[in-house]
Amino acid sequence: MEKSLDLINTRIRDGNARVVTADEMPGIVDELGEEGALAEVDVVTTGTFGAMCSTGAFFNFGHADPPIRMERVWLNDVEAYAGIAAVDAYLGATQEADTKNPLYGGAHVLEELVAGGTVELRATSRGTDCYPRRSITTELLLEDMNQAIMVNPRNAFQCYNAASNATDRTLNTYMGTLLPRCGNVSYSGAGTLSPLANDPNFRVIGSGVPIFLAGGEGMIVGEGTQHSAGGGFGNLMVAGDMKQMRQEFLRAAVMNGYGVTMYVGVGIPIPVLDTGIVRSTAVRDEDILTDVIDYGTPRRDRPSLAKVSYADLKSGSVEIGGETVRTSSLSSYRKARAVAQELKGWIEAGKMELALPTRRIDPTKRVRPMRETAVTPRVRDIMNRQVISITEDEEIRVAAKRLLKDETNHLPVLDGNGTLVGIITTYDVSKAVVNDGRLKQVKDIMTRNVIKTTSDEPVDIAAQILERNNISALPVVDATNRVVGILSAIDLGKLFGGRRRR
Amino acid sequence: MKLLLAFSRKGKTDPGREPVIARVVKETGVLINVEKANIDSMAGEVLIDVPDKDADQVRRRLEELGVFVRVMENAVARDEEECVDCGACISVCPQEVFSFDEEWRLRVSSERCVLCGKCIQACPHGALSQQG
Repeated sequence: MEKSLDLINTRIRDGNARVVTADEMPGIVDELGEEGALAEVDVVTTGTFGAMCSTGAFFNFGHADPPIRMERVWLNDVEAYAGIAAVDAYLGATQEADTKNPLYGGAHVLEELVAGGTVELRATSRGTDCYPRRSITTELLLEDMNQAIMVNPRNAFQCYNAASNATDRTLNTYMGTLLPRCGNVSYSGAGTLSPLANDPNFRVIGSGVPIFLAGGEGMIVGEGTQHSAGGGFGNLMVAGDMKQMRQEFLRAAVMNGYGVTMYVGVGIPIPVLDTGIVRSTAVRDEDILTDVIDYGTPRRDRPSLAKVSYADLKSGSVEIGGETVRTSSLSSYRKARAVAQELKGWIEAGKMELALPTRRIDPTKRVRPMRETAVTPRVRDIMNRQVISITEDEEIRVAAKRLLKDETNHLPVLDGNGTLVGIITTYDVSKAVVNDGRLKQVKDIMTRNVIKTTSDEPVDIAAQILERNNISALPVVDATNRVVGILSAIDLGKLFGGRRRR
Repeated sequence: MKLLLAFSRKGKTDPGREPVIARVVKETGVLINVEKANIDSMAGEVLIDVPDKDADQVRRRLEELGVFVRVMENAVARDEEECVDCGACISVCPQEVFSFDEEWRLRVSSERCVLCGKCIQACPHGALSQQG
């Protein structure tokens, strides 16, 4: 059996469409079977409410008298992009005001407008014959704008990574506070309620489809920027009229140490046309898998620490390397439910009819990394390969001689197999001499917890490690912890002298 | 019940120079759990946990010894207008103060709080604050 969209829309108009939220669907299919569920359910509503940095709005302010061609525009001191005709601007959620403390940004302005508050518009121009005015300051309400159209380039990710942190220090990320030594796991996403998880092949989610956007009626523009459904990271570009939106579903937020972001409620109604759609909307938290990524790795491709399901994440803890680690969500499941519920109410009341995509979104597309034309220098390009080292059983006196002879301040300490076990510096040796000379061997005074790097590490990152730890050299080790070089602060100068290896 | 003790360490006879907590434990026999202590040269602040039934007695005795005592009833406060029930605070809290109820609403057991302040920084919506 198949069901046509016309039939579903007729039922919506007649007020007798059967609408359920996506979290109810697995139970319905268990009870009625796929055919039974297809006969029973007309529409499944989804919802998500989480941090979506890629959010913003186009405004048209109307013309002043005398008129101005706005070149730079600020709303409550947050700069908006004004390179789009005379009295238009795009305000991005993550743009920050440089004058306000605590952190204030585009997201706060958007929320303020939706809440009915006044926003100060300030604009400057060089003045032209047709637009003579050079500056303007005025106070605006949302209703004063001709248009306030939210256009979010990348929302509602299919399924985002969970985050943890294997380093020794707390990280403040867009995934929230990540405690050291995998002290917690943070995730974002509504699991079974998540819009794209309910249609991963983009059969009915595509351009032109009506949606719930921040409390108002919106639509899908098409694939979002960085859409990568082939790798499980599909997302959508969405648009909607801000004048319909409600503060309840549009909230500014600040991620500590990262910056301003915006929590947005997005819900998509899915017409139940055939058993394929019944199956995809019956997805459970258990079926939705994601990787716990180590955000402690300062690179684009970060290692996965564990593979977990949304059921695991929502249970409050997951296992990483045999240890139980507590989880936190950044997105609100309670609000995601509220989105799906409200959308359900709209459709039951005949306020929203469904539409099929006017253009399909490619479910196989994959994002590509940036093409970088300038070579990022790596540690291997500037490190010193002639490593002067010492073994742990040598006397401190020998270490002192070696430091003097080779005019270095750092000696990596090796064990019998040539593996790095510690480091000593001229400071350690001097201290040992001053402290009555009781300590005899290198192993008595060496630092065992060595801060180190690898030859593949970008120099930028290695330099940050030096700075953060207030040290001046890093042993460079290979995968088996053998020392292959040493990077000292002095070597960083090679980047400017053109002496690095190509 | 949690009590926040504040004392001066300026003078030789100030309570901050004396083993006041140990003395109160010895005299009253009440087991005091020290959860946080921040003591520098001029002043100190200690958060202690005592059984509810003994709180009055401990408090009175500490005050007699010159310690300023504050009862911490809602150590961490949640602004319901700002909170969106995301749960970002849950896993950063060392005391498991936060959890979800069956409706995925945030539940706050503030009696467990030791005032470390991690949740306040971690909250994306500025919904959490420390009492006083």
